[in-house]
Amino acid sequence: MQEIPINTVTSPNVILELIYRLKVKDVMTTEVVTATKETSLREIQYIMREKQVTGLPIVMGKRLVGIVSMDDIIQALDKGYINEKAQDHMTRNLIVLEDDMPVSFAINYFDRFSYHRFPVLNKHKELVGMITNRDITSTLLVEINREIEELERRTSTTSMSDEMHGEIHTYSIMKNDFESAGFASTEIKKRLKKAGVVPHIIRRAAIASYELEMNLVVHSDGGELIAEYTPDSLQITARDNGPGISNVEEAMTAGWSTASEWIRSLGFGAGMGLPNVKSVADEFDIESDLNGTTVVCSIKLKSDEEK
Amino acid sequence: MQVKDLATLEGFVTQTMENGEEGINDAYTGDLLSDVMGNAPDASVLITIQAHKNTVAVASLAGIQAIVICNNRSTPPDMLQAAKEERVAVFTFEGTQFEASCKVACLLGKVDACKD
Repeated sequence: MQEIPINTVTSPNVILELIYRLKVKDVMTTEVVTATKETSLREIQYIMREKQVTGLPIVMGKRLVGIVSMDDIIQALDKGYINEKAQDHMTRNLIVLEDDMPVSFAINYFDRFSYHRFPVLNKHKELVGMITNRDITSTLLVEINREIEELERRTSTTSMSDEMHGEIHTYSIMKNDFESAGFASTEIKKRLKKAGVVPHIIRRAAIASYELEMNLVVHSDGGELIAEYTPDSLQITARDNGPGISNVEEAMTAGWSTASEWIRSLGFGAGMGLPNVKSVADEFDIESDLNGTTVVCSIKLKSDEEK
Repeated sequence: MQVKDLATLEGFVTQTMENGEEGINDAYTGDLLSDVMGNAPDASVLITIQAHKNTVAVASLAGIQAIVICNNRSTPPDMLQAAKEERVAVFTFEGTQFEASCKVACLLGKVDACKD
């Protein structure tokens, strides 16, 4: 019989470790709404509606003696004994979990039995919680998310410092060369991807480099795009030989553009370029005079330092 | 949904699709490529009228998986060649960007009114 719905031999260790490491008590709801044997089924129905639960454990002190489910309530309404006490109609043959069992047990129980919830008891047989599939799903999501963040962090730190440190790539960009526009940015993106940088940082680097590259194509008399890699960051420099920006402040304003009709018809020259670069970069600097413009921006490559 | 699901939409004509199995979970409509670059979500489909090679470069850099070219504009061969190389799907569509967006929104399950 398959105990859990994944292959325990070939699955990634991190997932298996997770469902064995997590205990039922890490997943269960501890704020349990209960009723006593004397409570009427009608009252239980009201409690269920108010607390948004579909099953109520019946207790004597901390000891679990039965459970009344939504199905029991429907039966009671159907057969006309809704005003009778819980003790006469509750389910007494209970399947329970212990709080120290691994979550894999709980997953297995949900697979084997058709119940939507299981009461959880501690060593002293006291009721300490309830567990539903939903509890398992949400805890697993949070835990998997954490594991993957950890993995991403590890990949980005190790490979980065080893591989890319000190690399400098220079790309010449020609005026109005729409044919090869995007080449330099694509190369930068591929390099970061190969080094295992996390996707959202690659995206920021791609946006910055592409905008700077397009600026050189659209506005300059030609220039170069330089990508410099250190263990922690990527620095992109766009340098051209003129004609220079007459008013840098205006050029940094979203929507302000000097692009021609033709450039605009291609979807560029919307006046978003430099503001886009600035918004994705961790550091940004621009200098311009009649001899040319230099934009330097850098992006930190490690996600935990992002903010 | 996957890229290949777009091919099932009425009026969508596949021009190239090397990445049919890739996942898509959002869409972006726009003709200003800088705006697209800055705002289009990852793993998305771009609805536009910009039928040229640079659209493919933007798509590839921004993580866009598919481009829908509207108003029956024709797709130049160098655009399709670039799309093939970059593994970005390209579809053409007779209607407007609005009409294409509605169809994609329904497919993505983003609009309740589409559930007929």
